[in-house]
Parts: sequence; structure tokens; C-alpha cells
Amino acid sequence: MLIAILVLAAGTFLIRLSGPLLRERISLSAHAEAVLKAGATVVLLALVATSAIVVDGAWAGWALPAGVLVGGVLAWRRAPLALVVVAAAATTALLRLAGID
Amino acid sequence: MPPAFKHLDRALLRDIAALAAGIFIVGLSFGAIASAQGVPWWQSTAMSVFVFAGASQFATMGIMTAGGGLVAGVAAGLILNLRHVPYGMAVGGVYWTSLRAKIIGTHLLTDQSTAFALAAGDDARKARHTYWTVAISLFLVWNAGTVIGAFAGQLIADPAVLGLDAALPAILLALVMPSLKDRRTLAAGLLGTAVALAASFLLPAGLPVLLALVGLVVMWKGAAPKEEAA
Repeated sequence: MLIAILVLAAGTFLIRLSGPLLRERISLSAHAEAVLKAGATVVLLALVATSAIVVDGAWAGWALPAGVLVGGVLAWRRAPLALVVVAAAATTALLRLAGID
Repeated sequence: MPPAFKHLDRALLRDIAALAAGIFIVGLSFGAIASAQGVPWWQSTAMSVFVFAGASQFATMGIMTAGGGLVAGVAAGLILNLRHVPYGMAVGGVYWTSLRAKIIGTHLLTDQSTAFALAAGDDARKARHTYWTVAISLFLVWNAGTVIGAFAGQLIADPAVLGLDAALPAILLALVMPSLKDRRTLAAGLLGTAVALAASFLLPAGLPVLLALVGLVVMWKGAAPKEEAA
């Protein structure tokens, strides 16, 4: 386990480091900057969707995407993040409690 | 320089506190699960301090304790973390100041610190203060959670029962929403997400979200010609 921790830590640091280093090598026009920001936004949005809909390579069930959707709608209505967190978690937790998963 | 958080308004600090509370509970569950699998507390804590990337920690630890082997365990964790490359390319400028800030800022790059920095918009000062406040807060609660969870694991509720697995994506969704007002970013996001979703039934976790970057083609095609010529 120790070797795994060390290799994962070192590798993760290098992965994290490569982004800013690559960035330094590109001459950044305003458009390139916008594309890079959009790239991170696209990855984050895809992360939200995949983690809400697919768990371990299979359909996540209804409770999880329903909670994320409720949180998303509240965020759209500009609710504070605390409310988004509680509403998303409560929706998913209550659906599971009701046996819908 | 006064601490970064003093420059942030109360609403933003409340948002960061809400995130930190969620991450703390996930940290608790990481420590608790590690202990339940027989991992000593100092190893799960070392992992949280030196890796500081939740999803990869769960994946690597899960595979290792299930007997999946070193190579498979580490590979799964590293593949999950590849998404930090586009994150660093987008927000690296925020912490690319002194050498110390570069090293620490690099280590503290996460989904959430990226999302908060992006949500700060074009205000570079605000983005910097927000990034550091989120990054340091999450580092503290993640590690505190891991240690406490490792010792008090049996007292802690399952995050799935609490619905926390829905709360964390919802936070990220809320944070990227302002960026999606830009039509081309929205188009890129929807196309990329469709690709990632299709791929996530086939590829190991971590790769589908990178494939989402193909969505950026809409930005090249529709690129503003003035900026390109400049």
C-alpha cells in the first residue's frame, strides 16, 4: 500500500503540474484563453453528468441523477450553494429511503 | 498580505463553507472505509495529504485492498486524475506566481478549486483569492475528515445514505453554470457530455471526461476571426 501511495502521489503531482507547464508553452491569445477555460468547463460538466448517471460502468439508478437535477435547478434559480447541497442530498437520500434507487 | 479569505464576500464564503462541509463528510467516509479494509490510519492519512484527490484515493485503495494489485490500483487512480491536465491549463495562471505558490497551488488543484476559480470570472484578483481559500479549506477538512474517520469509522453514516454522492456533482454543476451562459461553451459542453456519457459505459472512469474535450471543436469552427488574426 505504501508504494501505491507514493507512486499515486508523485504521478498525480506530475499530472497536476503538466497543465500549467503546457499553458506556459502556448502563447495565449484571448481566444486560446477562452478555449482553455471552456475546456475545463466542458470536463467539469461531463464529470457531473457521468458521475450522476453512470456508476461502475452501469446505470446509476434514479435517485442519484434526480438529486443532482434538483440541485441543478436550484442553482439555475440562483439559490445559495448550501441550499443546493442540502436539496440535492435530501432528494437522493429520501428517494433511497423510499426504496427508489 | 492578509489571508485570502478576507477579500471574499460573505455569500461566497458561505458557498465555500457548504462545499467544505460536504468534503469533510466524504473525508470521514474515506478514513472509515480505509480502516474497515484494514488500512492503518497513518497510511490513509498519508494518502489524503500527499495525493489529495478523493476519487482516485477511493479507487486505488479499493482495488489494492480487494487484492487487485499495485499496477491496476495505481493505474486506475492516475487515469482518474488525468482530468487535472485541462484544469491546470485553464486555471494554472491563478497560482503561477512565486515558486512556493506554484508548488502548493499545483498540489491543491481539484475539481472544486478549479470550478470556484472559473466561477470567479475574469476578475483575476477575485479568482486568486477564491482559489486559495477553497484549496486550503478543502485540504484542511479533507485531511481532518480522513483522520477522524479512520478512528471513529463505525460511528459514521454511509455517504450514499446521506445522498452526498448527489451533492458533490450538484455543487460542480452550480459552479459551472455561469460559464455555460456563453453559447459556444454551452454547445461544447453539451456535445462533450454526450460523448463522455456514451464512452462511460465502455471506458475506465477518468477517460470519458477527457473525451468530452472533443466538444471544443465547436469553438474552433465558430472562432471569432478578429481574435484569431490578432
